[in-house]
Amino acid sequence: MSNGTIAIAEKSFYEVSTNKHSGILSWLLTTDHKRIGIMYLVTIAFFFLVGATIGLFMRLELLTPGRTIMGAQTYNTLFTLHGVIMIFLFIIPGLPAIFGNFFLPIQIGARDVAFPRLNLLSYYIYVIGAILVLVSLFIPGGPIDTGWTFYIPYSIRTGTNVSMAIFAAFVLGFSSILTGINFVTTVHRLRAPGMTWFKMPLFVWATYATAWIQIIATPVIGITILLVIIERVFGVGIFDPALGGDPILYQHMFWIYSHPAVYIMILPAMGVVSEIITTFSRRTIFGYVPIAMSSLAIAFVGYLVWAHHMFVSGMSDTATWIFSLLTFIVALPSGVKIFNWVATMYKGSIDPQVPFLWVMNFIFLFSIGGLSGLVLGSLATDVHVTDTYFVVAHFHYVMFGGTGTIFFGAMHYWFPKMFGRMYNKKFATISVITFFIGFNMLYFPKFIMGYMGMPRRYYDYLPKFAPLQEVSTIGSWILVGTIFFITGYLLYALRNGPKASGNPWGGVTLEWHIPSPPPTENFEEIPTITHEPYDFSQLKEMEYDK
Amino acid sequence: MTNSHQAAAAIPHVHRDDVGARMGMWLFLFTEVLLFGGLFLAYSVYRYDYHEQFRLAAMDLDTGIGTLNTLILLTSSLTVALSIAAIQKKNKFLAMAMISFTLLLALFFMINKYFEWSGHIAEGLYPKSPELLNMKNGEIIFYGLYYVMTGLHGLHVLVGMAVLSFMLVFIAKDKITFDNYVKLENAGLYWHLVDLIWIFLFPLFYLIH
Repeated sequence: MSNGTIAIAEKSFYEVSTNKHSGILSWLLTTDHKRIGIMYLVTIAFFFLVGATIGLFMRLELLTPGRTIMGAQTYNTLFTLHGVIMIFLFIIPGLPAIFGNFFLPIQIGARDVAFPRLNLLSYYIYVIGAILVLVSLFIPGGPIDTGWTFYIPYSIRTGTNVSMAIFAAFVLGFSSILTGINFVTTVHRLRAPGMTWFKMPLFVWATYATAWIQIIATPVIGITILLVIIERVFGVGIFDPALGGDPILYQHMFWIYSHPAVYIMILPAMGVVSEIITTFSRRTIFGYVPIAMSSLAIAFVGYLVWAHHMFVSGMSDTATWIFSLLTFIVALPSGVKIFNWVATMYKGSIDPQVPFLWVMNFIFLFSIGGLSGLVLGSLATDVHVTDTYFVVAHFHYVMFGGTGTIFFGAMHYWFPKMFGRMYNKKFATISVITFFIGFNMLYFPKFIMGYMGMPRRYYDYLPKFAPLQEVSTIGSWILVGTIFFITGYLLYALRNGPKASGNPWGGVTLEWHIPSPPPTENFEEIPTITHEPYDFSQLKEMEYDK
Repeated sequence: MTNSHQAAAAIPHVHRDDVGARMGMWLFLFTEVLLFGGLFLAYSVYRYDYHEQFRLAAMDLDTGIGTLNTLILLTSSLTVALSIAAIQKKNKFLAMAMISFTLLLALFFMINKYFEWSGHIAEGLYPKSPELLNMKNGEIIFYGLYYVMTGLHGLHVLVGMAVLSFMLVFIAKDKITFDNYVKLENAGLYWHLVDLIWIFLFPLFYLIH
């Protein structure tokens, strides 16, 4: 890519398949990382809409005190399903499996991932996990009602289909592990000539760090889930307090995975932010090495903070003190990133296009989420807000306001590259605004209610919470309406949007050097990298839409 | 990038990367270690909580059968390694013989395991059994961990046997040859891991009293 020219048009990966089949089989049996990315996109987006709809119903139940549209047991089931679907089926695989699959090989100048067939296998394992979740809803016993944390002892006592639902989480974890192994090996082995470690785009760094967490954290939840299932089926006593087992041990093992898992969720999003900010500021990233290293630091320190979920569960004071300290330390690399992004914009030539607006949205929402996390990380305040709406609000600000927002940001940034079409930018801009309004209406009141003592996971509440609950429910209508609106205009643009050029935004990372949509083998010749990743002087020699 | 009109897409590029394949395998083995790591963590916690009862319960296990199984598995690791050495020296027959021998040893291991487990079950020591429920919590958990850990390990032995059987077929069909044997190497790595985990299970259950 040294001279920055754009390759002449050749057939896109939609037209040329990697196998001998045509039609639907050419997709179902493909080993092309781009097609697999698209298949993930379709499946994951479907479950995201299901999860969002469940959330909508939960908010509807909370519109008035007492029973509104459902009873307590249904509500228990719904918040569990909302959690399981959003966590295991949407947000953990979301960015790595869709955008990581599609763009990680392209951004390092490779033709595919290191193990293309394994990549397809990961997809099918994901689908099997998803089917198991769905089956667990309908077989006798009823849907799981434990909350997505499956805490012992309730999860071994309840008669609902816990075993099958958590086995689904085990299967999904296996898919996640295989994706992680694939990405780590890809980054180590398939970088194009000249693509040294410190010339990799920051999305690659972030996905690489994420892949490591997937590898080192996921097996722990795997064995934990197996133990819960074994406990339910055979009653071996390892977790059952009636037989001498320790429920706190379960919590430790659950969070040893599930805390690093939140970094699986957020790190790729942070990588996308680095991409979008540089492209629309037309300026190289401020502090490339600190941002790259902060991803690794988050991955490492984030592995050691799990017990901050358990400050009131019954641990020694020394342990809580240490975990609180580590929690504060893990906030530092996130802060490094935020400041570097803001500094990147300084003296840049900012072009506030739709993806950039999503990033602004992200910085605002994620900062609130991150700072409220410090309230939860400090021991005294945590006792007051444990298991209240405050936790729910914090979690949704970081996860939905962070990763969810960037899911949309990445979608709007890479949509023209993935599909070769442009969406309606006016609709998209309106969506960013209504998303922002709906989001804050939905979740900000939860901070206040949580501080006032409203517990999470209740289908009912005291009358004093009614006004704030109403605001929150109205916010959910705006937010879910926006999500369906976005889905609508993006689907419309697939067929009817104006054709997008190879480089509609003026980006300089490798994916913008090839046609939209990319050809099957990505590059005619593997490029030799001579530029820094965000060297915008290349733009002079590249074709792009000004 | 040059603007040549060669349709690169028409030429299927054959990608082979032995270093990458081995790296992927090592990463996978790392996840296996962590999977068992969760169980070793549980074992340590409960050994600390119930050390006296663990000591009593462990006396019922037969050290002889454990030692025999350790010897069997160690030998099988050797035979797998020898099969790789044989294929490097283009000795297809010896490689296949060594893998078959490994499979035989694995089978012996499982048969021993079967008799060992059925012995315990005949004594009434199995999860939820009235006999076991009458014992102290620490002993219940010891047997719980014993069944789970050796059971999961046994499952890995079975998976390893399946993998090695595939390797046997691959060698027979010349898909594994003296200059392309990374599959066999990876299968061998997996087998060594199964062995390694047993090396830790053996003292924890059979030797520490």
